[in-house]
Amino acid sequence: MTSNLLRQAGLAVCLLVFPACATLENTDTEVAPTQINTNPFPSTYRPLDSETVLLKDATVLDGLGGRIDGGDVLLSGGRILAYGQEVSAPSGARIIDAAGRWVTPGIIDNHSHLGVYPSPGVDAHSDGNEISAPVTAEVWAEHSIWPQDPGFSRALAGGVTAMQILPGSANLFGGRGVTLKNVPARTAQAMKFPDAPYTLKMACGENPKRVYGYGRGYPGGTPYSRMGNVAGYRAAWARAASYKEAWERHWSGEGDAPERDLELDTLMGVLQGDILVHMHCYRADEMAQVMDISREFGYHVASFHHAVESYKIADLLADYGACSAMWADWWGFKMEAYDGIRENIPLVHRAGACAIVHSDSDIGIQRLNQEAAKALADGQRAGLDLSKAVAWQWLSANPARSLGIFDQTGSIEVGKNADIVVWSGDPFSSFTQADLVFVDGAVLFDRSEASLIPVSDFELGHPGEGDLK
Amino acid sequence: MRRDMLIGLGLIFSLTPSGLAQDFAIENARVWTGTDQGTLEQATVLVQDGVIAALGTDPDLPVGIDRLDAAGAWLTPGIISSASSTGLVEVGAEDTTDDRSAAEGLFSAAIVAADGFNPAAASVGVTRIEGITRIAVVPGLSSSLIAGQGFVADTGGTAQTEVDRKAFTVIGLGESGAAASGGSRAASWVELRAAFEDALSFSEEDGEDGTGHVLNAVDARAFGPAARGEQLILVAVSRASDIRAVLRLKAEMPQLNIALLGAEEGWLVADELRAAEVAVIIDPFTNLPSRFESLAATRHNAQRLILAGVTTAFTHFDDSSHQARLVLQVAGNSVASGVSHDDALAAITSVPADIFGLEGLGRIAVGQRGDLVLWDGDPLEVMSAPKAIWIDGEAQPLESRQTRLRDRYLDLGQASRPLAYSR
Repeated sequence: MTSNLLRQAGLAVCLLVFPACATLENTDTEVAPTQINTNPFPSTYRPLDSETVLLKDATVLDGLGGRIDGGDVLLSGGRILAYGQEVSAPSGARIIDAAGRWVTPGIIDNHSHLGVYPSPGVDAHSDGNEISAPVTAEVWAEHSIWPQDPGFSRALAGGVTAMQILPGSANLFGGRGVTLKNVPARTAQAMKFPDAPYTLKMACGENPKRVYGYGRGYPGGTPYSRMGNVAGYRAAWARAASYKEAWERHWSGEGDAPERDLELDTLMGVLQGDILVHMHCYRADEMAQVMDISREFGYHVASFHHAVESYKIADLLADYGACSAMWADWWGFKMEAYDGIRENIPLVHRAGACAIVHSDSDIGIQRLNQEAAKALADGQRAGLDLSKAVAWQWLSANPARSLGIFDQTGSIEVGKNADIVVWSGDPFSSFTQADLVFVDGAVLFDRSEASLIPVSDFELGHPGEGDLK
Repeated sequence: MRRDMLIGLGLIFSLTPSGLAQDFAIENARVWTGTDQGTLEQATVLVQDGVIAALGTDPDLPVGIDRLDAAGAWLTPGIISSASSTGLVEVGAEDTTDDRSAAEGLFSAAIVAADGFNPAAASVGVTRIEGITRIAVVPGLSSSLIAGQGFVADTGGTAQTEVDRKAFTVIGLGESGAAASGGSRAASWVELRAAFEDALSFSEEDGEDGTGHVLNAVDARAFGPAARGEQLILVAVSRASDIRAVLRLKAEMPQLNIALLGAEEGWLVADELRAAEVAVIIDPFTNLPSRFESLAATRHNAQRLILAGVTTAFTHFDDSSHQARLVLQVAGNSVASGVSHDDALAAITSVPADIFGLEGLGRIAVGQRGDLVLWDGDPLEVMSAPKAIWIDGEAQPLESRQTRLRDRYLDLGQASRPLAYSR
């Protein structure tokens, strides 16, 4: 991220201070190296108007493992200004009595296809996967996002304040993911989480070899097998390493700029540490292979997704430092998901590895808190010493870390974005719902106020319009 | 918590060392009866010969009977899943393990899904240990309008599994019916009416030369009981206008015994459904306009249908082979959306028992069968789980392939030899 920002800053200085940069280049004996614009689709997100709000007498989970009973949280200027047992209200603050209710950081789903596989799921909306080739690192999920997907508002009603939208998993390299604020908007850019790093979706296992290999009949295409998958990753990383070297030679003043290659731009971004790898990988043995590949080429996997077998190698994952994004209980729909167990999430956590509850579903994203509750209860029944406060890390802090946005959101800490949910009660209960959802201190959803329940363009004029969904 | 579970297991196994049903009494339970008796506190349930022999706060118990102190825990009837494909598929993406439907097959109404049922499938045990003792299993909708006949089975997972092989016939209308009939809803209605004619006019004498309008002789014979109203028909349908079309069919052919599957827009026609006495089986999670035939989907469908007096059962449609167990979470969530706790429990016990005509199941009362679940909390809470499960009075193991995997990996790195030696 840092080198990206510096490069952007350099470009900006060139444009602002020397409007005639190009002319200067021509007259100088030393030609300025060509730069790559790493942010051609910048976020235009602006927080909605907010007021100063004091949430009083709530059960507060800070998202880091801490819990305050009868606690207060003060939101002001879009940030968390103070929290604790007793916080006094500044004059003019709106005071919300949250007695009997729970306050948590907003849920962050690091695996969603909202917008790219929107409702209704008609053929024309199938924009989530560029299946045309096994390596499509050049595509960006944000270019498929339909902001009118009614799924966004359902997720908001479930307390989701940010999410990663990923391309699908047919390919070895599926393309770039993007992190969004869960705010209704007319454009994808207006939802983009400012300064969130880009991500790269990769996939292990059955999908690539089925889609490009045996699914096409005999002799199929490449990859046809898991070893073909690994060869495909390594070949692409080797090309990316050469591409990066060529650019670095150019930036150091030796040689011409290489020809732009959008696919290799993305892979180079990973090797530079600017783009975070999120890899669909079910089986434990495959994750172990991928960790070695990443060491071979000098990158790091931020998170394994759908990692149903992480419990088998939780120690290796802890040593390596990758998150596992998991369902509470999905299993068996494909061979590589056959060994799913209900205790996967708590066992990963117990090993000291980073555990995340993810959805991959427009239904699941609406109740990720309950998925955490199931995992917590199953972990407790298996004898693990876990609390609700600790389990909330799986829903906000850990996914925020996996997306590189934990410095801004994912916990209740002074100075962080006021991305907050007020729950009607204990969010680990089936009977609880989100009452209020704040994004950057602004009320984006209020269950008790019809005018504060977003209705997408698609839903207007259809039966049930404006219904509380 | 785990210790509690083991103690629970120990109690059960001591009750039934041979694995056969033994007589026992559960005392001091919070019994949700599903009857006019409501919920009984500190109640005792006596099970003899697999049947509930006594129920009350202080019934006479036979001397020396095994007693289990529930310590105030919830006791419910065994949970009933109203529509799943549990036991028809082992691994969803592997065709060789998937017997839900036969897209290239020759037959429709004559298909008996029970012929592909495997009580030993891993998903059956996984489903059972969550408290589901009976599953209504629905053949997959595929290339034909009439998907075939579904069954109701217990989840015991043994060779003695009780299977009602021809419990109902499944028909898919709306978008799926249109696709199966060449491309339009209108065509599917012509085809369906023709199929009823074929079934009702079928005679063994004429049957041999083959065929009616749309059904071959084998299918026409098999569709007869449903067409004559002797067998339940589940019609999978979503859109309000399609539901109305089904109600028109029911008005034309009042003998039909129809319940609806899906009914995402059911709340828009709730009064008509009640008037026609047509029951619905819905998934209260469904709240997205995922298809044009479910634009009005809302999590309040359940509440509005029940309020209107429509007989409403719940099920979980997504990955219904392996995740039928989520019907409890579904029911719990309906409470958050306005359904009463009683109605939500009824929707996964007594109501499906009534829809499928499962005598002796779905309620706790004297004379009912001994399908019982003892819980470690409110059964509708996501953090709760069964402490003990009985099917026809027989205690069930709280073990599945998943718990075996969990136990193997619970203490990762502690074993001196590879984990393949740990079991």
